[in-house]
Amino acid sequence: MTETPLTSPGMLPPDAFAPMRGTVEGHAITRPSLSYWQDAWIRLKANWRALFSLWLIVAMLAFVLVGPLVWRVDPAAQDLRQVSSAPGLARSAIIVAPFTAGAEEPPVPANRGLHLAAPPTTQVVRLVWQPVSGAADYLVYRNIVPVTPGKAYGLPLGNTMSASTTHYDDQLDLDPQTYYYTVIPVDADGRRLQEPDTIKVAVKSAITLAEAQERGLVGANDTPGVGDRVTLAWHPLGTDYLGRDMLARLMQGGRASLFIGLVAPLLYVMLGVAYGSVAGFIGGRVDQVMMRFADFVIALPFLLFMILLKVAFGIGPGESGIMPMIVAMVILLWPGTARLVRGQILQVREEGYVEAAKLLGARTSYIMLRHMIPNTLGVILVTLTFAIPSAIFTEAFLSFIGMGVAPPEASWGSMSNDGIKTMLTHPHELLFPALMISVTVLAFNLLGDGLRDALDARMRSRG
Amino acid sequence: MLRYTIRRLVQGVITVWFIATATFLAMHMVPGDPLSGEKATSEQIRANLEAKYGLNQPIGTQYLIYLGNIAKGDLGISFTQKNREVNDIIREHFPVSAALGILAITFAAIGGILLGALTALYRNKWPDAAIMLLVILGISVPSFVFAAFSQLAIVKLNALLGFSLLPVAGWGTVSHMIVPSLVLGLGTMAYLTRLMRSSMLEIVNADYVRTAHAKGLPPTRVFSRHQLRNAILPVVTVLGPAIAAITTGSFVIELVFAIPGLGRYFVQAVQQLDYTVIMGTTVFYGAFLVLMVIIVDLLYGFVDPRVRVD
Repeated sequence: MTETPLTSPGMLPPDAFAPMRGTVEGHAITRPSLSYWQDAWIRLKANWRALFSLWLIVAMLAFVLVGPLVWRVDPAAQDLRQVSSAPGLARSAIIVAPFTAGAEEPPVPANRGLHLAAPPTTQVVRLVWQPVSGAADYLVYRNIVPVTPGKAYGLPLGNTMSASTTHYDDQLDLDPQTYYYTVIPVDADGRRLQEPDTIKVAVKSAITLAEAQERGLVGANDTPGVGDRVTLAWHPLGTDYLGRDMLARLMQGGRASLFIGLVAPLLYVMLGVAYGSVAGFIGGRVDQVMMRFADFVIALPFLLFMILLKVAFGIGPGESGIMPMIVAMVILLWPGTARLVRGQILQVREEGYVEAAKLLGARTSYIMLRHMIPNTLGVILVTLTFAIPSAIFTEAFLSFIGMGVAPPEASWGSMSNDGIKTMLTHPHELLFPALMISVTVLAFNLLGDGLRDALDARMRSRG
Repeated sequence: MLRYTIRRLVQGVITVWFIATATFLAMHMVPGDPLSGEKATSEQIRANLEAKYGLNQPIGTQYLIYLGNIAKGDLGISFTQKNREVNDIIREHFPVSAALGILAITFAAIGGILLGALTALYRNKWPDAAIMLLVILGISVPSFVFAAFSQLAIVKLNALLGFSLLPVAGWGTVSHMIVPSLVLGLGTMAYLTRLMRSSMLEIVNADYVRTAHAKGLPPTRVFSRHQLRNAILPVVTVLGPAIAAITTGSFVIELVFAIPGLGRYFVQAVQQLDYTVIMGTTVFYGAFLVLMVIIVDLLYGFVDPRVRVD
């Protein structure tokens, strides 16, 4: 600043009245100015939980979109050789000769109790026992848990219906696992003759050469002999109760779940924004009527009407209905956003900077673009982020009660519904889809928290 | 107060009327009609049946009959169960759902308020972190997953103990109610905990709290009389919607735990396309939820003297 020395008060030199020269160094802005969104992005990046969630969501999208290109297993193909198999590495099977029940030589009973006539395989378990005097019939049971006194024998496989037949060939739905076989000799009146014999049988996976060739498990020129091992199709996350690959189904199911989870909120939030901003802008009586109607729609019990609308669209139980689900969500869920946006618009309309802009002669379109939209967009974005997990939940809930996505299509919700039936014996069929739903919902919730903190100082959660 | 109550009740009746109308219209969009499922109907029989049930009337007349029946409290007769009125179904199965719901909401409210207060007291210490982790889990895991895995846990626990400590499913005794109501209330509890926490943190530095400390009140008294009492208010506000969430959320719990409640009945009716039961239950649930929100709003005046309306 140019100094103008004052000699004494009251006596100003004549050049004091000359215009000042030189530059005035006021408050220089040394750092680049940040827009609202740049600032929000910086704050979001500082929040490791939100950032991690963002990457998790990206990974989840990659899993369902790119996944099927990498893991090219048909999600609808049934591997009946491996039904409800647990997750793990590829399993192998022994090549066995074809077996036809009844056509084989009956095994000769040795002079001892219940034993096996041949190595047990998933093809057949051949039981044989010595005759019990006075027995007219033998009942054969199979259990998957040890048979202890007082406990059930398990699945009744059948009976020999003669005193002379003392062998049984079990071919019923055998899995490579441990079974407990029980044989009960009974007399002509059906009375038990003695304590039943029980044996533990560890069944090995087996496959015939013809089937292995048909499934493409062995090369055309390859001819492994009986007793050789072949590697079965690999299911890293196991298979479901129909022998379908879990990994492929999780990818396919994720597409449905995420599609509904993303598209439905996007649509109803947009509808809500349009409705709310119109009501907020026009105001007065129109606003009153519009908001009263929104209040009524909010009062509808959401899940009941969701189901009702699906029935009304003619989508009965057992039919796949992704579109009706989205339409029903859009019809029922817009008022929440509409209310919020209307409130926001009313608030922003009264703000000083809008008044100032008006005084400076800004056009309505400028005020809209420059002030109204940027100031409501944060709230809208946060609403959208929280709407996504609740839409995923709704899809899962509806599919779970059989009103959502139905076979042959899959969603994480319908897979959970399938998995719950076999939960006690094969928990992985429920665990994986449930995990996918939970992780996705968690990621969107944490991202929503982070976005809310980053975008809106007033809505910032304390702590 | 009386005027406010009456105004709310009138609003409630209008809302129920709106729900009934929406239900009626939605069901009329369904292709086909209730009689198309009947076997061997000649034209004449069909016409007679239509006349009997008023199905040959114009839609406006049908709507008026429908509204009249609802006003009289008659919700119709089930299509799939012979000689069973929707009213009977509700009378029989709703108490079960209500018992489950009341237990769940009690658990959710008490648990949410206490846990939320605890996190605020131990802010940024390990109890806060632990509870907030549980809250995040409670919000992110669907209730049917909790239900399924709690059943699995009961099975394992019973096997471990060698006797049946808790029943896996079913209904009848108090022990049947414990696990389902806990699972049902979990999501709401997580939500209330979160709300309570932020509401507690907001008033921890309030002037009146500082004054209470300054005049030498014991901390426990400041906590119970000044902090808790004021922080509870937002929780009470959302209790109405929370009841709605728990009532409709009970569908899944009733399905998984084989509880003969109205929710399970509703799902069954939907799966069998039992139109009258679907419509009746929807209107009944709608009316019930509207009533609950009104009751909660009225109670709010007693909890918070500042909003008491006259």
